[in-house]
Amino acid sequence: MSSNNTPARKWFDGYAMTWRLPIIFWQALFFIGPLVFMVAMSFFLVKNYRMVEAFEFKNWEKMLTRGYFWDSYFLTLALATLSTVVTSLLAFPAAFALAFKVSPAVRRWAIFLLIIPFFTSYLVRIFSWYVILAESGVVNALLAHIGLGPYTMLNTKFGTLVGYMTLTLPLVVVLQTFALSNIDRNLVQAAHNLGCPPWRTVYAVIVPLAKTGLVVAALFCFILSFGDFVSPYYLGGSKPPTLPILIIDTTKSGQQWPRAAVVAVVMMITLISIAFAALAVAYRKRVSR
Amino acid sequence: MRDPENKQQPELTHEPEKDTAVASPNRRKLLKAGGAAILGAPYISRAWASVTEINMLAWYGHGEPDVVAEYEAANNVKFKPKYYAGGDNMLALIAQSPPGTYDLILSDAEFVQQLNAAGYIEEMNAADYPFDDMLHDDFTKFPGHWKDDKLFSMILRGGHLGVSYNKNAITAEEAQSYQCFWKPEVKGKVGHFDWHLPNLGMMSLYDGNGASLWDLDDKKWNQVQETTTSLRSQVGGFFDYGGTFNSLKNGEMLAMCGIGDWITGVLEKDGAPVASVIPKEGGIQFTESYSIGKGSEKAAEVVKFIQYMMSPEGQVKSAQMAAYPGFCVTKAGRAKLIETDKKEAERSHQIEGMANEPIALINDGRIHYRDIPQQQSLEDWNDYWSEYKNA
Repeated sequence: MSSNNTPARKWFDGYAMTWRLPIIFWQALFFIGPLVFMVAMSFFLVKNYRMVEAFEFKNWEKMLTRGYFWDSYFLTLALATLSTVVTSLLAFPAAFALAFKVSPAVRRWAIFLLIIPFFTSYLVRIFSWYVILAESGVVNALLAHIGLGPYTMLNTKFGTLVGYMTLTLPLVVVLQTFALSNIDRNLVQAAHNLGCPPWRTVYAVIVPLAKTGLVVAALFCFILSFGDFVSPYYLGGSKPPTLPILIIDTTKSGQQWPRAAVVAVVMMITLISIAFAALAVAYRKRVSR
Repeated sequence: MRDPENKQQPELTHEPEKDTAVASPNRRKLLKAGGAAILGAPYISRAWASVTEINMLAWYGHGEPDVVAEYEAANNVKFKPKYYAGGDNMLALIAQSPPGTYDLILSDAEFVQQLNAAGYIEEMNAADYPFDDMLHDDFTKFPGHWKDDKLFSMILRGGHLGVSYNKNAITAEEAQSYQCFWKPEVKGKVGHFDWHLPNLGMMSLYDGNGASLWDLDDKKWNQVQETTTSLRSQVGGFFDYGGTFNSLKNGEMLAMCGIGDWITGVLEKDGAPVASVIPKEGGIQFTESYSIGKGSEKAAEVVKFIQYMMSPEGQVKSAQMAAYPGFCVTKAGRAKLIETDKKEAERSHQIEGMANEPIALINDGRIHYRDIPQQQSLEDWNDYWSEYKNA
């Protein structure tokens, strides 16, 4: 019940605004500003390798009517989705164990170890897969001992997927662990006391309670995979190219930054739509409660 | 603080005062040191400025110590290289910079004409360079380097693009034709250097277009596209320099289209079983040239450096460049290479009478200088390349 004694909110709270200003300024300068410029640039023209300010739809027409653009678009979407599903499924058992089965000390060490890969260059980590996945590499050498292989893993979609997971799996495990750790243990205990079998407790109690965190983890995985250039180029052999590779290809020939901006804007629209949809799913039930 | 009333104190505090002077200088000493620093600053800055900085725009490797360190030490200059990948990239970097940003520009020969047309480079004095010592007449009046009998770019080095292959998978005989890229045994093991120009140029040569490989009418252009598309099922990937290098080294790719000795040469020196040859249909020569950036205030220093690179010593440095090897273009340069590094001269066939000797290949009509499409735009070629990659 609200009290009439509660002081009325001032229309302008200087203190609150002072704390809000840095993030507003930061976002305006480094996100909104470049984004607006990128959209504007998609209407520019290129003459003699120099961008000329204009408002023409030629770049949009050129890119959106090309079959290879849509091939790349759906391939990128499919690979990012596959990466998200596989990564989330692989991460869950690890996160579950870290949240429920190990001591706090082990959990802290595990999270520290999961963060360590981010200390090294992503590109270096990707190049290290060459040694492991090559036909003359470690995996095929081990498989040869049991009479299997050699299998081609580099320059394939499998290679791309391995690269995506190199980037996203540790992050997803950490985010899922935090989401699962925040669940009220009494509710899990209540489910056990009421005779709910363990597997059902997981999907009927734990997953719904951690839904927001699990969806956010999956969303991060999707965003990082969708925009990644390194894995599809170096482990996937650019065969066929994804949208980030198409951006590079477009800028390489004739410095067509405006056309590359079209690809980038389409990527942004896709990511924003998916992010909003995912967050709507994540928060839907909670809001209705 | 010292008490002036206390007569005992000066004697007592005399020694400690000495010690603190060492640990933390008093105000007078600090002011003295600060003043000296301020007064000395112009001299320090002048001493620093006496090293002339030369801004270089080039492919990777040309500004690295193995090429320029000796010259820098001897001439009190310092190169500040800005590296690019591809002629388009180079033109864009210049277009986006104010005049005079780059003192020295190394470009692929086919882009010199565009540099000149856009007014990005200075006229050069032909008398400054050893044109009477060129290994081939073509190098003296290289296409696009002269306009109205005025010199705008100095040819530095070259290299050949042809069939690059793993010797364990493709025989030397098979490598004598681009046909080896379609060999069933290398299905999924043929790589492309990810740049449409050399790849489509090679396909054009395979189609029998010879010297007119860049000058294709619609019918011939369609044929080149068909031929290239038919190779797609053999292709294992599209790579940049690092990827090309790695995939050939670890045997992931057994043949590579669009490159030549500039990559396999580095691997070969490292013991990898790879090689590059010019097939019977012909090969492509990449040519690199130096120009002086428009508005450069260090033109005199740049001329001196280009003269050094055209000297026998400079030509040897260029031929041995660690990033990617190249051919000498002067007779004295080649002679010096044979004298100082016969192994490299033999490996790169830069000895008269050897098979695949670069000058003999040009004379035999088997080498064609890399150019840009004559009847289509670069955009048309790139569009097809994107479609091909997605096929």
